[in-house]
Amino acid sequence: MNINTTKIISLLFFIFSAFYLYTAYQIQVFAFDENAPFNARTFPIYLGYAGLFFSGLKLILPDPNTIKVNFKNLEYKKTGILILIAIIYGATILKVGYFLTTSLFLFASYYFLGERRWILMFSLSFPFVAAFMYLLHGILDIYLRDPFLQSIGVMG
Amino acid sequence: MIEGILIGLTTALTLQNILMVMVGCFFGTIIGMLPGLGPMTAIALMIPITYGFDPATGLILMAGVYYGAVFGGSTSSILLNAPGVPGTVATSFDGYPMAQQGKAGKALAIAAWSSFAGGTLSAIYLLFMAPSLSKVSLSFRSPDYFALMILGLTAIAAFSSKGQFLKAMMMVVLGLMLASVGQDSLSDITRFTFNNMNLTDGISFVLVVMATFAMSEALTIILKRNDPTSAAKQVSLTELGSIQINKEERTKMYKTIPRSSVIGFLIGVLPGAGATIASFIAYGMERNVVSDEEKEKFGKGSVNGLSAPETANNAACSGSFVPMLTLGIPGSGTTAVMLGALLGFGVQPGPRLYMTNPEIFWSIIMSMYIGMVILLILNLPLIPYIARILAVPKNYLIPLILFFSVTGIYVMSFNNFDIYLMIGIAVVATFLRLYDFPMPPLILAFVLGGLMEENLRRSLLLSNGSWEFLWDRTLTACILATTILIVVWHIYKTFKRKN
Repeated sequence: MNINTTKIISLLFFIFSAFYLYTAYQIQVFAFDENAPFNARTFPIYLGYAGLFFSGLKLILPDPNTIKVNFKNLEYKKTGILILIAIIYGATILKVGYFLTTSLFLFASYYFLGERRWILMFSLSFPFVAAFMYLLHGILDIYLRDPFLQSIGVMG
Repeated sequence: MIEGILIGLTTALTLQNILMVMVGCFFGTIIGMLPGLGPMTAIALMIPITYGFDPATGLILMAGVYYGAVFGGSTSSILLNAPGVPGTVATSFDGYPMAQQGKAGKALAIAAWSSFAGGTLSAIYLLFMAPSLSKVSLSFRSPDYFALMILGLTAIAAFSSKGQFLKAMMMVVLGLMLASVGQDSLSDITRFTFNNMNLTDGISFVLVVMATFAMSEALTIILKRNDPTSAAKQVSLTELGSIQINKEERTKMYKTIPRSSVIGFLIGVLPGAGATIASFIAYGMERNVVSDEEKEKFGKGSVNGLSAPETANNAACSGSFVPMLTLGIPGSGTTAVMLGALLGFGVQPGPRLYMTNPEIFWSIIMSMYIGMVILLILNLPLIPYIARILAVPKNYLIPLILFFSVTGIYVMSFNNFDIYLMIGIAVVATFLRLYDFPMPPLILAFVLGGLMEENLRRSLLLSNGSWEFLWDRTLTACILATTILIVVWHIYKTFKRKN
């Protein structure tokens, strides 16, 4: 059997399906439902078997359309940084507030993607987020928690 | 029906809704034009905004975005030979050569008129077909629905990615697994939550769509930035030429449009087939029916070759609304996203939608047509300006897509767990995309997961746990036989290709 990344993904999916199936069997159902034709664990159990079946087939059958990804051409660093910025954004948004975190998230993303036109970067972050926030908060009446703006007295 | 049409027109023709169609068409065109971002991404980005509106207005906005995105996809196909949407790949066969001959404006105008005509004709077909199909579908029982969902999922897996049936089926199972997270709808027992309260209500549909499309598209674009095979192409936007279509070209289009619209609509109605297959079949058929002299021009800038796929892909878009509105089962990834949005509004599509919410049912159909008219009025004169959007640097585009995705999720839950979950799903989806694992089957399965379990539950309870319900009713048996036929046909094609 020719091992390629698609096969490895299929193997991972097989393991994931096995874990899903195991967890499905552990779902606690009511005593009176235990022997019912259908209970909370029935559908997940079928899904677990279906996952094992399809990933198993993919694993053992020959793969005529092997996908080759040229890893040398992939931009890992910038993608990784963007993901990291998004995680930091998620970690700070509740504490700092929507306006400042979102503006900094945009500004940092432009910067790490190689942009250096500072005025444009600024315009498309702080004023842009302020306008968007006004649309959501002011016009569409969607509440946006913002401790930072509250602390400086901009938001009530 | 006349009363329904009037209700639909009254709803669709309010100032607010006309404005929504215009906004939808405009933004849809812009998003659809950007290579890699299709109607699904465009609609996904709009979902959080639509929650501020009533269901009819929200759907009208999404319908506008849908048509705009399909037209936008044609624009990048013609100008860059880089289809923004799979459904416009066939458009590039003759549209791009025409643009290279200095007739880009004309190619865009032919595409716009063909899309308009295809959409108009299919809206008429939809007008007559949807109510009658609604009545027929009232006779559907739980086993039929269950079988129909199996058919829809199998069909989308079979058609979504050439030679990747097993990968697509794995994505279907993954989508169903994601849908099973959270409380069981009947017993309220929590499943796969691992004692995390944030998962008790399940994973949000918008979160999954945003993660697998918008966010993962953005990450893929950055990841493949230096890949020579996907390097951004540049186009000379000053060489658009005239947008006038002459009499000879119009005559050719008059013949092509009716036949391509019928093909497009019928293929669009089939679950899983959609605009891509419709446009390819219409292109192939057109090539077979034209004169030998015209046949020679195919692939070199033929008017028929451009008009046929453009008519068919728009007709298929309308066709794909038929199973969604009448059966509650989406025929494509895009309509799956729209179905999810409808469920979010508390509207359950299906045969009863026609009776319980006629204003929604008819206003969607009417707004589709109004969307077509506005798309034409708005886009034809704006072609030279819209084309400049293609020059937006990715350094700005990607962060803005990420911004809309994250904000979309944040304003729904005000919870950073959802942001982390979205990032996690997006990273996995980006990796899977690299190896050609298709995402539309995952979304379709995620949307149908709850309904599928519900119908299986009812069927099994009614038959006392026996699987005989699968062949007890003729209709169920016929639907399952069609599913088996699709699988057998697919296996046969795979073996034939190998040999």
